[in-house]
Amino acid sequence: MPALTSFDAHVLRRDFPIFERKIGGKPMIYLDSAGTSQKPKQVVEAIDDFYLRHNANVLRSANTISSEASELYLGSRHKIASFIGADEDEVVFTTGTTDSLNILARVLTEKCINKGDKVITSILEHHSNLLPWRTEVRKRGGELIVVRADKSWRIGPEAIEQELEKGAKVVAITHVSNVLGTVNDIRTIARKAHEHGALIVVDSAQGVPHLPVNVHDLGVDFLAFSGHKMLGPTGIGVLYGKKDLLDSLTPWQFGGGMVRSVTLEGETLESPPSRFEAGTPHIAGAIGLGAAVDYLESVGIATVKRHEEELVRHALDVLEMEDVEVYGPREPDSLCGIVSFNLKGVHAHDVSTVLDQDGIMIRAGHHCAQPLVNSLGVSAVARASFYLYNTTEDLDALARSVSKAREVLA
Amino acid sequence: MTGSGLYTERVLDHYKNPRNYGEIKDADAVSREENSSCGDEVTLYLKVGADGRVQVRFTSESCAICRASASMLTELANGKELSDLASLGREDMLKAFGGPMDPSREKCALLPLAALNSAVSKVKKGT
Repeated sequence: MPALTSFDAHVLRRDFPIFERKIGGKPMIYLDSAGTSQKPKQVVEAIDDFYLRHNANVLRSANTISSEASELYLGSRHKIASFIGADEDEVVFTTGTTDSLNILARVLTEKCINKGDKVITSILEHHSNLLPWRTEVRKRGGELIVVRADKSWRIGPEAIEQELEKGAKVVAITHVSNVLGTVNDIRTIARKAHEHGALIVVDSAQGVPHLPVNVHDLGVDFLAFSGHKMLGPTGIGVLYGKKDLLDSLTPWQFGGGMVRSVTLEGETLESPPSRFEAGTPHIAGAIGLGAAVDYLESVGIATVKRHEEELVRHALDVLEMEDVEVYGPREPDSLCGIVSFNLKGVHAHDVSTVLDQDGIMIRAGHHCAQPLVNSLGVSAVARASFYLYNTTEDLDALARSVSKAREVLA
Repeated sequence: MTGSGLYTERVLDHYKNPRNYGEIKDADAVSREENSSCGDEVTLYLKVGADGRVQVRFTSESCAICRASASMLTELANGKELSDLASLGREDMLKAFGGPMDPSREKCALLPLAALNSAVSKVKKGT
């Protein structure tokens, strides 16, 4: 579908029935898309259509309904692959980013980490790109190196290189911070990793939904993201892997659909991605994610990015008020749809509760990135995160409500 | 109850002017509880007087709900006998706030009670 020539979030919101909701008599304002995005009716209808008209298992039976289901399922994989510039056989469906990263930590650590070997990660990570590595690396007697952020709350490629020079087998790093919205220079980090013979795994849970991503252009070996943060359903996500690397991996689950033939003596495995999708897959989820990708492409992901830049710029402007501390760099062009802040002397949970009374949904806490939030010198932050359906009016309401929270609590 | 409806005048008063705030140097039990998901932290000090009646004080690094709850709890507990404290429960705390609340905020409100229960068991174990 061609990108729309003019973009208007007010018009686009009509595709999201949830915005008709009122909370305590006030229109619901949703500023927690980094937690999960809302769903356009096109996505829900695609899932409905599968269950109500084409439901069958995929890639197994030679009957009409099963062929239709397989076509929808494989068609979705094709759309998703092309959305990130990958080949179809490089896209493995998982339950989400957490699943993808846990799998990668397990199989890559088994494959390349022996006693004393290092894995590099960073302080910006969500727990799901820190804990699996720490657990697996520990089991193998290896070492996990956590690189600190630079002054702009990004991970400098030089800082990664310094550690690579000391020898490391894997770099596992986030694309975009889920707390601060800062974007890492993945292309340069991937190049440096490869120069030193290391693999690079990227957590793009907050990247793929918001930025144009091309895996070959970035030069990454593996990349993980979730459907539900990009207008798709929960329970479906992607593990992208470079073809030759996927070919070299041992499956992490065994069962139906991942083998060509089985005898009592042995088995011949399917090629990737089927090799890594044992059991009946989340067919409806994959189809829903395919519809989400269609939706994002009809708007244009570059348009989404530009719109979010405008929202961040506006948010930084209106939150410029007494007693409000905004964390991270104030650079709308390089932030990805997230603004985190605190009201001086007030706990973020209290801010969030007062905002809720005004129908404004944000998230407060450590956002599953406790080391990062603690390194900001606090135990919790209030996070407002945006997507293509938000408007500057949403942010004006946010600012009014924050000001009210200050009156009530400070 | 959701939103700033939770921050009644009474709750805000206990938050801004917490009662029985501070340590008890020669406490019979000190109990610290934290809610790692939001960073609330409350420490409760308990001392049983010669007359068998308890004195409870607290310190906290927490949200308004947790602090107000601790303050209201000390008012409910002070002057009671140790054996009476066991009857203080979730319902009493929710009543102090004027009714039920969102589950995520209820955790904040019940943290001081958890600290009190643990301090009481410490004293009982010690005797």
